[in-house]
Amino acid sequence: MTVKHSRPTSPHLQVYKLPLTGIISISHRITGVLLSAGLLLVVMLFYAVSQGADAYAAMQSMVNFWVVKLMYWGFIYALFFHLCHGVRHVFWDLGEGFEPEKLDKYAKIELATAFALTLATWIFI
Amino acid sequence: MAEFTLPKNSVLTQGKTYTAPEGTKNIRRFEIYRWDPDTGENPRIDIYELDADLCGTKVLDAIITIKNEVDSTLTFRRSCREGVCGSCAMNVNGKNSLACTKAISDYPDTIKIYPLPHLQVVKDLVPDMTNFYAQYAEIKPWLTSKTTPPATERLQSRADRDKLDGLYDCVLCACCSTSCPSYWWNSDKYLGPAVLLQAYRWLVDSRDEATEERLTQLDDAFKLYRCHTIMNCTDTCPKGLNPAKAIAETKKLLVNRKT
Repeated sequence: MTVKHSRPTSPHLQVYKLPLTGIISISHRITGVLLSAGLLLVVMLFYAVSQGADAYAAMQSMVNFWVVKLMYWGFIYALFFHLCHGVRHVFWDLGEGFEPEKLDKYAKIELATAFALTLATWIFI
Repeated sequence: MAEFTLPKNSVLTQGKTYTAPEGTKNIRRFEIYRWDPDTGENPRIDIYELDADLCGTKVLDAIITIKNEVDSTLTFRRSCREGVCGSCAMNVNGKNSLACTKAISDYPDTIKIYPLPHLQVVKDLVPDMTNFYAQYAEIKPWLTSKTTPPATERLQSRADRDKLDGLYDCVLCACCSTSCPSYWWNSDKYLGPAVLLQAYRWLVDSRDEATEERLTQLDDAFKLYRCHTIMNCTDTCPKGLNPAKAIAETKKLLVNRKT
């Protein structure tokens, strides 16, 4: 039998409801890319520090702008989130933490831990 | 390659609506993916309203009722109607499952039914499984021995037999593989959770003597290592199996072999 018309691809991302761990997985990848890009900005901060008082003051005023502040706290949360999911990957590589009924629980623990670490950074630094 | 949007010929359109007869009390709405290979038109969503009191309790019962009483052109696979054959795997309200094991009452009023994700559609809810089966054949899913066959059966200790539980139970419905974004983007090279679970089933079988060859075959950046532990497979398996765990154990076997 010849196929008269080329077959369509069935919907995937358009219809699939990703479970929490699936959402975290893609977020882990996205934050990885964003954190790499963000590191360039960190280099620029260090550069400003090395260029003397004027450059430092200019950097200070820029960083204190609320949008930039929001960005760097986002950066810090993303960093801790990336770290926590990385730790979960270590457990997975050891063959642990695969229980289907506990996937959501572990996912929430890592999100909460990342939040707690960000909060701790805010309090102690 | 990862393509996040659907190709032009796969974009959905709105189809027909089949309303329930007047006076129906317990109306359930089913939005079902339709594609007719004869017309060549884009796939569409047809809406069927059913009297839930007149059809069976499972999602598959509803689809059969539609085919028998509303629209005989609706096409789907089904056989055992009790979760052992794996034929009626489809995407129900965003999650892959066997339609025959899912109760209509567990879903909200509208139930959306699509074919298994990211496959070529043959017709309506029937996807092309050719690649999936070819990949299954690729891992040589049979007992391979090199020693002279014994005069009696090949015996296995109870402990060794227990290792196959949760692996041999797989019905190859492809719910897990087609839930996996990695498999969506790389199904030409990545074997996918279902086939990897089967590969592990033969790796841990104490009677199989081709472990080395099997591991060598799997030691590949794409065949095995496209698994990024996204966990959709384990989340969606209608038999409650754990393909992600089987893949992790396979990765461990490969690490231990290298050291």
